Amino acid sequence: MAFVTANWNPLGESFYRKIELYEMGWNLKDGLRDCLVAAAPYGGPIALLKAHNRRSPSARPQLEIFSSSGLPLASFPWKSGMVKQLGWTVSDDLLCVQEDGTVLVYDLLGGFKRHFSMGNEVSQSQVLETKIFHSPYGTGVAILTGALRFTLATNIDDIKLRRLPEVPGLQGAPSCWAVLTQDRQSKVLVASGPHLFILDNTACTPVTPPGLSPQASSIVHMCVSFSYKYLALLTDSGHVWMGTSNLKEKLSEVDTKIKGSPKQMAWCRRPKSQQPSAVVMWDGLLLVVGECKETIQYHLEDDSILVPELDGVRIISGTHHELLQEVPGACEEIFKIASMAPGALLLEAHKEYEKESQKADEYLREIKEQSLLSEAVRQCVEAAGHEHEPETQKTLLRAASFGKCFLSNFPPEQFVSMCKDLRVLNAVRDYTVGIPLSHTQFKQMTLQVLIDRLVYRKLYLLAIEVCRYLKTPEYQGVSRVLKHWACYKVQQKEESDEVIAKAVSVKLADAAGISYSEIATKAYESGRTELAIKLLEFEPRSGEQVPLLLKMKKSPLALSKAIESGDTDLVYTVVMYLKNELNRGDFFMMLRNQPVALSLYKQFCKHQEQETLKDLFNQDDDHEELGNFYVKASYKEQRLEARIAHLQSAVDEYYKAKNEFSAKTTEDEMRLLRFQRKLEEEKDEQLVGFSLQDTMTTLLSVGLHKHAEQLYKDFRMPDKRFWWLKLKALAEKEDWEELEKFSKSKKSPIGYLPFVEVCIKHHNKCEARKYVAKVSPEQKVKAHLAVGDVEGAAEAAIERRNESEISTVLSRCSATTDHLLVERLNRAKATVPKK
Amino acid sequence: MAHTEWKDAPGLPDFSLLKRLARDQLIFLLEQLPGKKDLFIDADLMSPLDRIANVTILKQHEVDKLYKVELKPIVSSSDQLCFLIRPRIQTVKWISDVTTDEWNFYILPLDDDILSLELPEFFRDNFLEGDQRWVTTAGSALRLLQSVYGSFSKVYGIGRCAKMVYESWRELMEDGEQRTRQPEFAKVFLVDRDVDFVTPLCSQVVYEGLVDDLFRIKCGSVEFGPDVTSSDKSIKVMLNSQDKVFSEIRNEHFSNVFGFLSQKAKNLQTAYDKRRGMDIQQMKAFVADELKGLKQEHRLLSLHIGASESMMKKKTKQDFQELLKTEHSLLEGFEIRECITYIEEHINRQVSMIDSLRLLCLLSITENGLLSKDYRSLKAQYLQSYGIEHLLTFANLRQLGLLEEQQAGETLTVMESKVGKLVNDKTVGKLTDAFSSLAKKSNFRALSKRLALVPKSGEEYDLRVPRDMAYVFSGAYIPLSCKLIEQVLERDGWTGMEEVTRMLNGQEFAVTGGSSSSEARSKTDAQRIVLVMFLGGCTFSEISALRFLGKERGCRFIVVTTAITNSSRLLEALLDNSA
Repeated sequence: MAFVTANWNPLGESFYRKIELYEMGWNLKDGLRDCLVAAAPYGGPIALLKAHNRRSPSARPQLEIFSSSGLPLASFPWKSGMVKQLGWTVSDDLLCVQEDGTVLVYDLLGGFKRHFSMGNEVSQSQVLETKIFHSPYGTGVAILTGALRFTLATNIDDIKLRRLPEVPGLQGAPSCWAVLTQDRQSKVLVASGPHLFILDNTACTPVTPPGLSPQASSIVHMCVSFSYKYLALLTDSGHVWMGTSNLKEKLSEVDTKIKGSPKQMAWCRRPKSQQPSAVVMWDGLLLVVGECKETIQYHLEDDSILVPELDGVRIISGTHHELLQEVPGACEEIFKIASMAPGALLLEAHKEYEKESQKADEYLREIKEQSLLSEAVRQCVEAAGHEHEPETQKTLLRAASFGKCFLSNFPPEQFVSMCKDLRVLNAVRDYTVGIPLSHTQFKQMTLQVLIDRLVYRKLYLLAIEVCRYLKTPEYQGVSRVLKHWACYKVQQKEESDEVIAKAVSVKLADAAGISYSEIATKAYESGRTELAIKLLEFEPRSGEQVPLLLKMKKSPLALSKAIESGDTDLVYTVVMYLKNELNRGDFFMMLRNQPVALSLYKQFCKHQEQETLKDLFNQDDDHEELGNFYVKASYKEQRLEARIAHLQSAVDEYYKAKNEFSAKTTEDEMRLLRFQRKLEEEKDEQLVGFSLQDTMTTLLSVGLHKHAEQLYKDFRMPDKRFWWLKLKALAEKEDWEELEKFSKSKKSPIGYLPFVEVCIKHHNKCEARKYVAKVSPEQKVKAHLAVGDVEGAAEAAIERRNESEISTVLSRCSATTDHLLVERLNRAKATVPKK
Repeated sequence: MAHTEWKDAPGLPDFSLLKRLARDQLIFLLEQLPGKKDLFIDADLMSPLDRIANVTILKQHEVDKLYKVELKPIVSSSDQLCFLIRPRIQTVKWISDVTTDEWNFYILPLDDDILSLELPEFFRDNFLEGDQRWVTTAGSALRLLQSVYGSFSKVYGIGRCAKMVYESWRELMEDGEQRTRQPEFAKVFLVDRDVDFVTPLCSQVVYEGLVDDLFRIKCGSVEFGPDVTSSDKSIKVMLNSQDKVFSEIRNEHFSNVFGFLSQKAKNLQTAYDKRRGMDIQQMKAFVADELKGLKQEHRLLSLHIGASESMMKKKTKQDFQELLKTEHSLLEGFEIRECITYIEEHINRQVSMIDSLRLLCLLSITENGLLSKDYRSLKAQYLQSYGIEHLLTFANLRQLGLLEEQQAGETLTVMESKVGKLVNDKTVGKLTDAFSSLAKKSNFRALSKRLALVPKSGEEYDLRVPRDMAYVFSGAYIPLSCKLIEQVLERDGWTGMEEVTRMLNGQEFAVTGGSSSSEARSKTDAQRIVLVMFLGGCTFSEISALRFLGKERGCRFIVVTTAITNSSRLLEALLDNSA
């Protein structure tokens, strides 16, 4: 199979190959000369813009977009400002960076999407150079301004502009610079003459590449690898330095012996590269520089551009589209001349078998003797993945399948999935589709993204076929494609609403997880409100319908749908919208019909608009709530008069609500407040705001018994409460004399056990004993025990013939207690009649 | 009672995964803001955050200083401020004008079998204010559990909120892709807190619950003060199954705990005593293998002994015994007059603002509302004791059906019987539903009878050998919530419980979900794991009761709750005495 290696060139121990992907379908008069060109990675589209003609600024250049195979996708005259740079985002959108820092975004079919600015500073000092880069956070834009400062946005979908620190001593534009992604941050590497600096958010740090040859006096070009891990520098002495991008390690340095400034330089690596290289392009010359001393040279006929990929570099010229890459290991093993690798032998064996030659058996035997047959199959399958020509793929897969026949237990998954992947890849690589994706790139990019890309190109049928063929779950596959199709469909002006709605519902009927609201939004955006409403009816999730309904001014419907969805944020959104749209009366009316929304709005008012809350209650004639409202308002007031005024309003409302209890209580409170105020003025005691009980406690504790007495009467305080209070207060002051008087003032409503207990609590056993006799029979045992009189307790318990009381007394008897007493108790216990 | 003895109990899924998920997402969000930044955190997110990502992790991701959100002007030297907050109107208004991202922190695993949403305000917002903001959060939590641990074969629930959470969850499921996984739970039970207010209002007497009542367990850890540690400083302790001493006593009635601990102390002494007579080699092995474990156990043991001492001091006192007696009488519906007198005295003596309120609520619920005369006089006395602001507290309690006048209920019953004569039975049922939901009648007495919640008095109940879930309340009451769960699981649905659900205002549901193949796997461990979600909080007593039930039935319960609650937290959420 000599022809496979025809385009191989050795570089060190490895080989490089250049494969033709397409003969370009475009017809460019001057090739790529004087054009701004941007080609998206992963076999994405190519954008071309003829350079502005400075002499006739009125002439409008044409902006053209092509597929990778050169088929036109869009073309329109450029009417905006001077474009400095074109670039593609990760989702196949075209970015056009203008001189004034405005960035215009187009989809790949030339539809204008939006624009954004890179900030005032940029627009004032103008864009000098721009780089568009991709990181895990999305697509970013880096700009070098006329003021020689860098401004950076890491993700254009969530723009946070960052102005990087100044580079010291920078006089003119730096000789070259690049964007790095390190430590989850985007940084800029700048070369100014022989010096290198790293700029991050906070600092500008000078760096030195380890082992850079001393002949160099300046760095003229640099490039970072696809993964941001490696860096290549080209010096004015013609040396290419290669190393890690953190500048900690040098891989090699090679003298190209060419001193001119190159047009472009790119890394050419693949995963598990043996001999990674930097590809440098001058006018008419392409040089591949690896770690070894040799280089490969290609002659270029035409102006070209380099497009770095994950596993190689694409070279696009005015007529051709080629892929330059290091030959993958499996392919090298199999196709290298005179290779004895198991894969190579298996391929030979299969060839002989097709010729019906018995040599097939000899080859097979040779592999099997080394027990390498499964390895051979694996090699063939893997190599097939790396081959671009379907014929070569087939040959290799057939050989693999042949080898598999002689293996038991060989897992088939790898073979099967490779066959499927290749079928999909060949379909998208087709000239008419023009996505020259390699197997490695496909695996990195994932099927999801590939489907997206097909959808962006409106290749709905192909996308659906791919999903079905690979059995993608419907939700991620077919449904998603159908949704995009429908969004496109509703924008077609020539068909009637009915026809489109029908077509959409028929096609999407069985698909799972379709968001009709998105489709309806699209319809509304293209001015078809009626169609939008029709489509919304298909939407099963009510919450999804809300934003669009609001946009279409269907607010009552939006409110009920929002409530149905149970999403509070959504309800708030609608409520706030309505509040601004409607007059107050209508707004309240609408809320009244929607209790959920009403209670949410009340919550909001409680925190934000107390007065509105009052209006709401007023409208509903909810006097009870109004009363509560005023009570609450009263204790936010510092001044007593204001407080009382609020309480008076509360009283009125409570009466209206026929809540006499609350009204009376509130009136009492007003009385209490006035009383407290008066006493405060007279006696200088802090009282206002205390509860009745606390007021009383305070009065008693400072000996204002008369006033306390007055309160007790005025507020119809229950006797028990008063007795408890006074008891406690007197005991606390240890005013035993007064306590005794109090106990004799009339019959205690709380009994006399509390008197005993309160004395004990204040360690006055002597006083306590005074009250034991007055304690009611039921509590006598407790009282005796409280003062530590076991005998007394025993007497009382025995007298009452109460078993549990006797037991309690017994449990309090200790070894020192009189034996006779214990015996008496036990006897009494035994004679107590059982209940 | 140790877990290890549960030979046939199924193993539990590994919930630490949830912590890891939340942590990874937080780190991802922090990384979106490269460079140094100050982090402002909602006060109530501080403890949960600490469980998920400690300060070291935050520092690793360039968090410079940590602040508590205080709704005051910010003093910070950092260029970047990052806020970690719950979506609340005031907080958001205070911050304003920032870019936002959502941290999908839904569930904090507090223990092997307790998952918490850490949303104490769920209760007030949802049940009192009618703000359903957190319903989706609860639905998302279920969805998260499902996506990580597999689908459920059956979902039961009762309560309005439970229904809404279920709906929200179902919608989220339809939204996302369906993944079929070996399920790790068989069944899910959703229950609203307002289905059972009685249980959280009772004094807790199981060790863990009592620790919560007395010392307040916060986010799975408790701070024991000097009276427990018998030193001059407080000690923070994590309370979960990692603590070997605690895991053996947490579910025990507190009267057994002290005996258990002293036995444990003796065993520990014996283990230490082994040292005597050891040669050097043995001693070396002892120090290397056992000593650390023993020391650890020693430390924990002394803490728990301290705690239970402090408990005994407080709880064996006369007044606590009387309090318990009153509660039990209320549950039994026995000597109600005496109870009212007791409550009156409680209020008059200003014993405890919350406890008085608690007793009032318990009285109202168990008696289906208070007689007008009692209602007014008790309320007036309470206001005299604690201030008129509590008018609003009472309004809240009435709205929730926690404390009511009987009058409304009576007129309704009269109306019901009148209507009943005019229309057929089925309509009466419906009307009664409508009326009772209006009046929020608790029907506790009837429910208690039908479900046998209160064992016959007079029977001896040996708390060391519990015979049913009533042991968590000294044998006086089986938690209604847990009884419902038991019954529904036993019947595999609500059939035969129509009368009960009617009295609970209906809103019950049972849905068979997932694939039919799960039926075939009914013998697997997963089928014996039941997820119970409490909307509005659950108490440690309920968790203990469910653990007991699981042990009896050879299954395991996993409790998902919006927050751990108890009587104080429940009532404090309803207070309205301050501005």
